[in-house]
Amino acid sequence: MESVSFPPLSRVAVSGGTHGNEMTGVYMVRHLQKEKIDKIGSVSVSTVLSNPRAVEICRRYVETDLNRCFTEALLNSPVTDSSPYELRRAQELNAQIGPKGSKEAVDLLIDIHNTTSNMGLCLILYSIDWLTLHILKYLQSKMASVEVRAIQLDIPIAEAYSLESVGKHGFAIEAGPQPNGVVRADIHNLVKEAVDHIFSWLQEFNSGSTFEGGEVEAYTLVKSIDYPRNPVTGEITAAVHSQLQDNDFKLLQRGNPIFMSFSGETVKYDGEDLYPFFVNECAYYEKKIAFHLARKIKLTLPPIKVTD
Amino acid sequence: MSSYNNTARFSEARRVAIFGGTHGNEMSGVTLVNLWTKNGTEIQRKGVEAVPFITNPKAVEKCTRYVDTDLNRAFTPENLSAPGGNDLPYEVLRAQEINRIFGPKGSPEAYDVIFDLHNTTSNMGCTLILESSKDHFNLQMMNYIKKAMAPASCLVLMNEHPLLKYSTSRSVAKHPVGLEVGPQPQGVLRSNIFEAMRVILKHALDFIELFNEGVEFPPCTVEVFRVLEWIDYPRDANGNIIAMVHPNLQDCDWEPLNPGDPMFHTFDGKTIHYQGSGTVYPTFINEAAYYEKQQAFITTRRETLVASAIIKA
Repeated sequence: MESVSFPPLSRVAVSGGTHGNEMTGVYMVRHLQKEKIDKIGSVSVSTVLSNPRAVEICRRYVETDLNRCFTEALLNSPVTDSSPYELRRAQELNAQIGPKGSKEAVDLLIDIHNTTSNMGLCLILYSIDWLTLHILKYLQSKMASVEVRAIQLDIPIAEAYSLESVGKHGFAIEAGPQPNGVVRADIHNLVKEAVDHIFSWLQEFNSGSTFEGGEVEAYTLVKSIDYPRNPVTGEITAAVHSQLQDNDFKLLQRGNPIFMSFSGETVKYDGEDLYPFFVNECAYYEKKIAFHLARKIKLTLPPIKVTD
Repeated sequence: MSSYNNTARFSEARRVAIFGGTHGNEMSGVTLVNLWTKNGTEIQRKGVEAVPFITNPKAVEKCTRYVDTDLNRAFTPENLSAPGGNDLPYEVLRAQEINRIFGPKGSPEAYDVIFDLHNTTSNMGCTLILESSKDHFNLQMMNYIKKAMAPASCLVLMNEHPLLKYSTSRSVAKHPVGLEVGPQPQGVLRSNIFEAMRVILKHALDFIELFNEGVEFPPCTVEVFRVLEWIDYPRDANGNIIAMVHPNLQDCDWEPLNPGDPMFHTFDGKTIHYQGSGTVYPTFINEAAYYEKQQAFITTRRETLVASAIIKA
């Protein structure tokens, strides 16, 4: 396969606290800012605490989910002082590390998140980005005792709603399980190790190394399943079944239990073989999602190197 | 310690309340109380009026621990008698209301038993919280529950510390019982945690029914973990946390912590060791709600309490 080249990645942003109660990113960004880290080798680093007001009160958001505010339409919509805080903050962030789609945008944006789901370490990306997938491949080779997975959301960049879509390249690091408001050392150290490897990769890339092509697997979102609800009140009537709980990325097949109702009945899955993830994510109750389902795809990566 | 010859007599435990949502994001209790409010068959027992009750509805609606102040610290004598009406913080008003319905605290009219349902992000498993080592009724109930749950574990945490004890919602009753089940993230309902709490309550209500029928419970011993002290996170001069609970301590609630064992792990990778004078049993390790209370974990020591025989008066 022919090699693909990309311009150097010399401006990188690391963000945390996009959701104010996802603590790994909050503490990592605070630590980088305290140590005044603004350059790592050939790469200049900016660190961003995305939603400081939500971080202050240790809530996901103040008025609306910041990580749904980055579509082109919302970034360009007129805002006033009475617009929701996160809408205004998204436009501020876009001006600071974007603008999205322009040549002033940072080369790479890494947004750090946590989930209450047992997803281990995942990179979440829009569309097929060879650069991000090469980073994934590199992480998999360097962190062999840990499963590092990629989740791909097939959404065109203009409609991409989350923060990492502001950079020329971007992905979210999602690490779990970790409760909201808690910082677990094991999760923190995992993410720190991943970020350290990513910066090593960036040095190598910028200095002219060719990264060999190869195959990677990714999970691509197909659909979401809501909790069973009371048709009149809308209240949830079942919990994620204990056989599905904590089994993110284990193949779900027709007949497998997915919910246990409060009155003791088992609800079984009736659909094609797919891989569940974001199983019992706290923030998704209000979005009416008990879990997502994905297809596993194989991608063939071309070799990549920096443009001469 | 009462002699084995004395059987303690207690009046019938007829009025029993089950509190959920004292912290609005601790979902097992919220879900169970809502379920039983619609259909209370499961909690019915002969001779018992069991009332399920959401203590902090505004916090439950927002799926947050509290609105103005922690309801489970609000039942102080000052708060319960505070004038000021609607100017008072929401939870203080709620405490006064709950005291009216289920109390007054300390009076003969107070409810006999209140079960207060909580979850924790700590790996505490099933825990019962006892507020007094002299409550033989509660000790016997907890002994009954532990035996009924065995071999599954159900431990007893006792907070009788003069400075660290706090004024809980359940303290309105003559016999307050805390149920703390974890680990469960705030805002999340885990099926295994939910079912565990349900089973604890089933056994608790069975005990009360037997007691009210006149069954005599012989003397017994109960192992408890007595609260010693709270340990805060290491902080810098500005009060910011500079270290995390060490991976060797994380999730190790109830396991011995010895002097010299790793306790915290700084953000730049150094280990801070436990400097106490003896072995302690830590719990509430890395509870989300306790960061703001400056508590990374609490230390306890193991004790065996003796409960005298009890019988209905």
